[in-house]
Amino acid sequence: MTATLAANSVPRLARGVRLRHDEARGQWVLLAPERVLNPDPVAVEILKKVDGARSIGLIVDELAAAFTVERQTIATDVDAFLAGLAEKGLIEVTSPLVGDAAS
Amino acid sequence: MSLIDEPRHQLEVPARPAPPIPYGMLAELTHRCPLQCPYCSNPVELDRRNVELDTETWLRVFSEAAKLGVLQVHLSGGEPTARRDLEQMIRHCVEVGLYTNLITAGVGVTTERLQSISDAGIDHVQLSFQGATADMTDKVSNFRGAHERKLAVAHEVRRLGLPLTINSVVHRANIHQIPDFIELALSLGAKRIEIAHSQYYGWALRNRGALMPTRDQVFWALDVVEEARTRLKGILTIDAVVPDYYAKYPKPCMNGWGRQSLNVTPSGKVLPCHAAETIPNLDFWNVRDHSLSDVWVNSPAFNAFRGTDWMPPLCKSCDRKEIDWGGCRCQAMAIAGDAAATDPACHLSPLHADLLALAEADADGSEVYDYRRYFQPDRAG
Ligand code: SF4
Ligand code: SF4
Repeated sequence: MTATLAANSVPRLARGVRLRHDEARGQWVLLAPERVLNPDPVAVEILKKVDGARSIGLIVDELAAAFTVERQTIATDVDAFLAGLAEKGLIEVTSPLVGDAAS
Repeated sequence: MSLIDEPRHQLEVPARPAPPIPYGMLAELTHRCPLQCPYCSNPVELDRRNVELDTETWLRVFSEAAKLGVLQVHLSGGEPTARRDLEQMIRHCVEVGLYTNLITAGVGVTTERLQSISDAGIDHVQLSFQGATADMTDKVSNFRGAHERKLAVAHEVRRLGLPLTINSVVHRANIHQIPDFIELALSLGAKRIEIAHSQYYGWALRNRGALMPTRDQVFWALDVVEEARTRLKGILTIDAVVPDYYAKYPKPCMNGWGRQSLNVTPSGKVLPCHAAETIPNLDFWNVRDHSLSDVWVNSPAFNAFRGTDWMPPLCKSCDRKEIDWGGCRCQAMAIAGDAAATDPACHLSPLHADLLALAEADADGSEVYDYRRYFQPDRAG
């Protein structure tokens, strides 16, 4: 797994994508054009920090502080998750992709 | 033991299991529209302006929808921008947490209007094109200059940074333009395109002979879409609604009746799908008299075909019954004369051969349209 997003880049949800808590079903949902996605609990924790202000590095730092998981593991997960969302156009990242995933 | 005298709310066991929670609501804000598409899914009897719900009632319906668990609202019509209170409704939806999707034909929508719709907080815009070229759009919509106006709207939507989906309805006269529709969507910066074959209710049923594609056209279209999907993966999402006349299994219509979505008409009737009124004797409740959740849970129309209990033996004993839910009730009504029959699009239906023969005969017809007409030209803007 190669890193694909720079740690100093800043992600934000694309216009037309919204994260909200769905009271009726008791879960978090990511709403996009004609789609309702059900992020898992880890994804929700990451998404809550995608606010157009925090950098990816900061998001990883905060998650590492909040959970007893090794920072490197978190960094890898966050990167893979956000790169996937960026590819689908669900988030926008301020600085361009660096390197390329060996996918 | 008799429970007959017990008031219902005291019963511990509900009369039927709680229905699922709906995800989407189609709000048909008005039937007014400057275009005259011969396949329009609106009923042939269009609601007049004076029977349309007022702003206050719509706002209440949106609040009730959010509470019921609806996540996405599709603001449609007719042409939804004919309602001057559209922005107010969008703002309200955003406030109560609903994701808003505007489904517009883009004619009569100015730059200023789009700006104010965007400012109100719209999340996504779906813009229809009746053809991939000016000639085709103008002919099918029976409105000269419609195509140019749509192009302008598309550019403006993208300039505002809003996600754009191109909606195209294909039929015998324009199905060959599918590759051009896809190119058009790409050139306009859309991330999604819907390619839907006409569905034969409302105006489209009247025009079936003029719209029905040939079998060869349909299979050609399937190949074209498959190829484009692979080629454009990650660039353009292509959602294609396949015509089931020529298919083996029916479509899982609405993903099951009264399961995921509901539809409110301009005058406030709540329908399980936009064509449900073609089924006689169903009792549709109106938001003027009932709350939305009351309609969803208790109205006879929603319960008529909910789940699998209503199914004919053919479907009930079939392992696909919770995959395609027996197909489309309106098509069963139209072709079999019985809304509770297996959808004749299913190859197991005894009427499947008849449906195929009917489609093939229609595909031989002429292309003279009986255009959708709204007799009181009443254009707001
Ligand atoms: S299908 Fe055509 S006529 Fe019907 S509402 Fe849409 S644009 Fe108007
Ligand atoms: S028999 Fe009924 S449930 Fe089975 S595939 Fe046909 S329509 Fe679907």
